[in-house]
Amino acid sequence: MGSKPRLTGYRRPDGSMGIRNHVIILPVDDLSNAAAEAVAKVVPGTLALPHSYGRLQFGEDLELTFRTLIGTGLNGNVAAVVVIGIEPNWTQRVANGIAKSGKPVASFSIEGKGDLQTIADAARVAQVFLQDASEIIRESASEGDLILSIKCGESDTTSGLGSCPTTSEAVDRWVAAGGTVFFGETSELTGGEHLIADRCIDDACRNLFQTTYENYIKVIESTGANLLGSQPTQGNIAGGLTTIEEKALGNIAKTGSVPVVGVLAPAQAPPRNKPGLYFMDTSSAAAECVTLMAAAGAVIHLFPTGQGNVIGNPIEPVLKLTANKKTAASMPEHIDLDVSGLLRQEYNLTKAGDMMMDVIERTVNGRLCAAEALGHREFTFTKLYISA
Amino acid sequence: MMAKVPDFLLHHDGDSVAVANDDLQPGTLQGLSVKEQTAHTAVLNEPIPLGHKFALRDHAEGEAIVKYGIKVGIASKAIKKGDYVHTHNMRSYRWEASRA
Repeated sequence: MGSKPRLTGYRRPDGSMGIRNHVIILPVDDLSNAAAEAVAKVVPGTLALPHSYGRLQFGEDLELTFRTLIGTGLNGNVAAVVVIGIEPNWTQRVANGIAKSGKPVASFSIEGKGDLQTIADAARVAQVFLQDASEIIRESASEGDLILSIKCGESDTTSGLGSCPTTSEAVDRWVAAGGTVFFGETSELTGGEHLIADRCIDDACRNLFQTTYENYIKVIESTGANLLGSQPTQGNIAGGLTTIEEKALGNIAKTGSVPVVGVLAPAQAPPRNKPGLYFMDTSSAAAECVTLMAAAGAVIHLFPTGQGNVIGNPIEPVLKLTANKKTAASMPEHIDLDVSGLLRQEYNLTKAGDMMMDVIERTVNGRLCAAEALGHREFTFTKLYISA
Repeated sequence: MMAKVPDFLLHHDGDSVAVANDDLQPGTLQGLSVKEQTAHTAVLNEPIPLGHKFALRDHAEGEAIVKYGIKVGIASKAIKKGDYVHTHNMRSYRWEASRA
């Protein structure tokens, strides 16, 4: 390897860093999507984040929604936030959670005023935020400033042979350079969960991992459902994967060889002073998982795919790599890195890792990834149970 | 490194199934184990697409199917060496209800 890649990013008032500089219009609830999207139309260059929930949720499920909303606002890729909700209390709670970072935040509620007045008021602030954000300049950054997340999708057997081991190289290099990485997909460790348990750094971490894993699986198994077609998915099966255990080992093949230093709840940010590889309790559904990881602070995502998942995220660039030559040829607009040459023995894993690091570095420094260029902005909440 | 692109790949020597590295026709094939970089030869009994698996040895019904050096499922019916292996003859051992 040559000299260390030079990375740049945007420094936020709380010291965190991002690689994008979004001004987001964040609806607290589904009812506020229309106003949020209208503001983003009036002030082009801001980004609305519509979603489907935020009403009549309660308990742990509500807390997760708050954590997801606030965490999204806190993400280093976000410069400033306009929060819009139907009523003032929950709206203020989300705005306060974000404002603690020192980042510019304003909140607006619709009741008693209507959409049109709210849009006008919010748009005036959004314009100022956007102009102010445009003056923030990139600074030198290191791996320790930028959280990486990983999750694969529409995996097939080429994932376990090529794209996941390539991701693994990047994980090890990122952590060796002082960085933090998230992996998740709780159900998708089934059959290889002992491999992750063995890599937990101490007993406390291992016990928490095992409890977290077992609780998730209990929920799935209590349904008694035949999961063939759901996990593994129909796409996985079309790609040659037959069982959850086979899929899990390919999934785990992307997690590097470094120890697991901690276990995070969905959308929970890791401690700042403890870099390394973290397991986060998440669904294996792509958009849900990436949304939770971005809400925990991840600013760039590596997404190995076999059959061709097209997912993106509004605030976190999702880089896709594949080792399936058919996918690379039939869906090239979605693929940021083709490592099918690894399976043809054209180069080794170290070289594939170098190729991966090059794409990461360019994306960190501003190159749009395929999902960004194509407008993939899946902002998808994890719902734990029914609303009241 | 092999001069020729391997017809199939297995993760570890000792795995009981291998992965097609291209759309494959029945016949004698050359393969490679990724971990040990050992050359392997196998005879495929039926055509299989890129990424799908075939058996490197006979499996009795209920016997473990091994990939990555780890049990990844069991044979839901007897599988002969060289046969295509997928949901029609292999199932999860962890999620009992998951079968075709």
